Amino acid sequence: MPEAASQAPLLQAQGLVRHYAVSRGWLAPKAVVRALDGISFTLESGRTLAVVGESGCGKSTLARLVTMIERPTAGTLTLGGVELATAGPRERRALRPQVSMVFQNPYAQLNPRKTIAALLAEPLAINTTLAAGERRDAALAMMARVGLRPDQAGRYPHMFSGGQRQRIAIARALMLSPRLVVADEPVSALDVSVQAQVLNLLMDLQRDTAVAYLFISHNLHVVRHIAERILVMYLGRVVESGARDRIFARPAHPYTRALLAATPRLDAARPGPGSIVRGELPSPLAPPRGCAFHARCPHAVERCRAEPPALQPLDDQQVACHLALELNR
Amino acid sequence: MTAATTTTRTPDPLLQIDALRVEFGPAASPLVAVDDLALHVDEGEVVGVVGESGSGKSVAALATMGLVDPPARIAARRLRFAGVDLLAVGERERRALVGKDLAMIFQDPLASLNPCFTVAFQLTEVLRAHGSSAERASARARRERALQLLRQVGIADAEARLDAYPHQLSGGMAQRVMIAMAVACRPRLLIADEPTTALDVTVQAQILDLLMQLQARERMAMILISHDLALVAQAAHRVVVMYAGRIVEAGPAAALFDAPRHPYTRALLDALPEHNVGRARLQALPGVVPGRDDRPRGCLLSPRCAHAVQRCRDVDPAVLCADGREVRCHFPLARPGANDA
Amino acid sequence: MSDGASAIEDVQAAGTGAGGSWHEAWNAFRAGRGALVGMAIIATLLLAALGADLIAPHSPIEQARDAALTPPAWRADGTRAYLLGTDELGRDMLSRLIHGTRLSLAIGFVSVALSLLVGVPLGLVAGTFGGWTQVAVMRLMDVMLALPSLLLAIAVVAILGPGLANATIAIAIVLLPHMVRLTRAAVLEEIAKDYVTSSRIAGAGPWRLMFSTLLPNCVAPLIVQSTLGFSSAILDAAALGFLGLGAQPPTPEWGSMLAGALEFIQRAPWVVTEPGLAILVTVLGFNLMGDGLRDALDPRLRR
Repeated sequence: MPEAASQAPLLQAQGLVRHYAVSRGWLAPKAVVRALDGISFTLESGRTLAVVGESGCGKSTLARLVTMIERPTAGTLTLGGVELATAGPRERRALRPQVSMVFQNPYAQLNPRKTIAALLAEPLAINTTLAAGERRDAALAMMARVGLRPDQAGRYPHMFSGGQRQRIAIARALMLSPRLVVADEPVSALDVSVQAQVLNLLMDLQRDTAVAYLFISHNLHVVRHIAERILVMYLGRVVESGARDRIFARPAHPYTRALLAATPRLDAARPGPGSIVRGELPSPLAPPRGCAFHARCPHAVERCRAEPPALQPLDDQQVACHLALELNR
Repeated sequence: MTAATTTTRTPDPLLQIDALRVEFGPAASPLVAVDDLALHVDEGEVVGVVGESGSGKSVAALATMGLVDPPARIAARRLRFAGVDLLAVGERERRALVGKDLAMIFQDPLASLNPCFTVAFQLTEVLRAHGSSAERASARARRERALQLLRQVGIADAEARLDAYPHQLSGGMAQRVMIAMAVACRPRLLIADEPTTALDVTVQAQILDLLMQLQARERMAMILISHDLALVAQAAHRVVVMYAGRIVEAGPAAALFDAPRHPYTRALLDALPEHNVGRARLQALPGVVPGRDDRPRGCLLSPRCAHAVQRCRDVDPAVLCADGREVRCHFPLARPGANDA
Repeated sequence: MSDGASAIEDVQAAGTGAGGSWHEAWNAFRAGRGALVGMAIIATLLLAALGADLIAPHSPIEQARDAALTPPAWRADGTRAYLLGTDELGRDMLSRLIHGTRLSLAIGFVSVALSLLVGVPLGLVAGTFGGWTQVAVMRLMDVMLALPSLLLAIAVVAILGPGLANATIAIAIVLLPHMVRLTRAAVLEEIAKDYVTSSRIAGAGPWRLMFSTLLPNCVAPLIVQSTLGFSSAILDAAALGFLGLGAQPPTPEWGSMLAGALEFIQRAPWVVTEPGLAILVTVLGFNLMGDGLRDALDPRLRR
């Protein structure tokens, strides 16, 4: 349940759009990749919003927009009350300590030529005026918090296992006490037992620091454990959004159902050929007219091919499907 | 040291591995990637190999295929495929076998396909080496068969795809091409090393479905290697669990996942988010997999096992066999769901 | 989770304890025989250069007209006083060669250092900022590369005037485009990686990104190029010296020694072959070491 209504949400997007112009040679006009095509959501302080989708759905683009690596093409994206599309460099610099990111690949997100202590101290060196000794103390404290020993401070990333590197990445993301951490598939590259350790760590840290997570993942089991609200995306659009329990209890959109059916479960047999969705993701350079999912949807009708569905409320979920009512009676 | 299987036991298993050991690095202090591996696969059987990083599952598969080169050292008491001793066989005989009767597909299809050559070239390459005499002789026959294979693996618009380059294919399609190459000569055993891990969820389901269909239709035996327990549970007849280079448990899939006997299997299952619904914290197994320098003297899991006692730390457990299940543990879990007993 | 081939690499990397540390690289370097030979040669040259005043039996520029063109000691008509013989002005060849080592190493070192000092920042800027900056820098480098290196060096020396210092600057200019291109290529490869994005998100500005985040990861190819640049610098210096545009007499620079001695190639071949051999051995040493370094530092080539 959201907290006091008077508190503005930490992160809010309204009709967020990000297009890329792709050159196709000197003479041809540029093609447009609609990486994000009008998405809206809110994230409250201390909460976890999961973004679920496969490749090409726009989740990485969303991560880049929220962490201010790129600017939105259109729409609004508000972080801590500041509108990111129009913010000036000074405002953005002031916002930097409030948002950080953890990436998927534990091997690629730490600078191989820096020691752990240097890596953890770097955000402080950039954004604060702490002395070197104070920075090192803060780094050691954070290392302890994520379960690393102080004698490991002088080591290099390649000397650690995947799970430990992910801990280091999480520690680095928390050095400036951000209000929001964007976690882009943080446990997807980890083994099962390590995944559990890191997920526990993330949840403990959230409990202790009230940090909010924008948790991007394609693994529905992980999402079910950690998320409070879920945003399901397909080809740059939101197809379904709502509270976690509602969506798992009653997935309203055919794509959400397809995702659930395709996710292997220990207690269920393989999905029969009927419930395996056909086809592949359409190219973002040539998205289908109408509903982006209609080519693969078992329920598609004529209207789906012609008209893109808008996000409509369905009880307390939101679904972008023309047939939402019929399919969920 | 072999266990009874759920399928009809043929007199000789298709693949028989006994005491396989693969070492890297200096002989004085080697890195033991695979240790004392015993595995058998019958005709038409699907064996799932489950394990995390460092379990040695991929290396074991590569060693079986003969893809592990010196200075790595491979030793086994027995490594037989279709009656041929893979350790003693010469290069030529091995090449006649591998790729034809024994095939393998890998995790990242785009990395496994040669980016400089078209799909047609790579598919027909397999046929040129191992195809029927008609296929070996005629380019036309090879192309026909290649088209047929692409359709068989569910690639629509096969004609167009045949002349495409790997970078023009999506991940799912590239994996289908890999599968086509692997099954081109109707192998008797297909080793699939994490075949769906690099793919999107919906595509994973399609590829797994394709593999199972091919397996059923061609009566192909399959070794399915994965870190995804649920995937293996759905597809395999028998499952083998590996830890730090050793097999710790083996048995029929359903029985193994319902009532695991080894604490590691139990811990893996307990760590899954789907087994922790309603719990704030996941039951995580503490610690890390032993590397080269910190291998315990006794049971390899003893530093991390909640049930470990002194005997576990001192003595390396032998494999115990009982009613079709194997466990490498001094104190196998007896009751289903036994936990912190 | 990895595909077949890299499963083995992962295991081997785990086994040897590192995925790319300098320690690992040193071990790999030591394993290459050629590299060790190269290092031995360079070490000898360094000793000769540093201890020239102590080791050289005679002064390199003192003339002894009555001992002109004395053959080396192993010939019947040679003497122990002049182990490698003398040149046409009676100067001891051995001493001149030993002192020449100083010059050659100095030229190599200074020109490479200069080219790195200017070239690496240029490459970093080109790679990081992209756009028109990159175009401007790289097209300028392309122009420089379009000219044959020796002609370019000659052109620079013609403008600046002959002499060892100017020759060194000319050689540095010749080496510059290679350093810029290498650095920029390395930057382009690294800049797409997550750790750079992570630094950006932490608020790193372009300068910190270039020098603190990217540069340490772009160093490996530069090290290799520098050793190979050394040998090419020595060759260019010798060529310039040969043309009379580098070291001026009586400086005992190997190239100018060669130039002055051509007419004696039949009468007193040692005057020509000895500096030539010195150049050859030096270049060989640096090339061997450069190859060894490249093999050690490039993880893909490691056996």
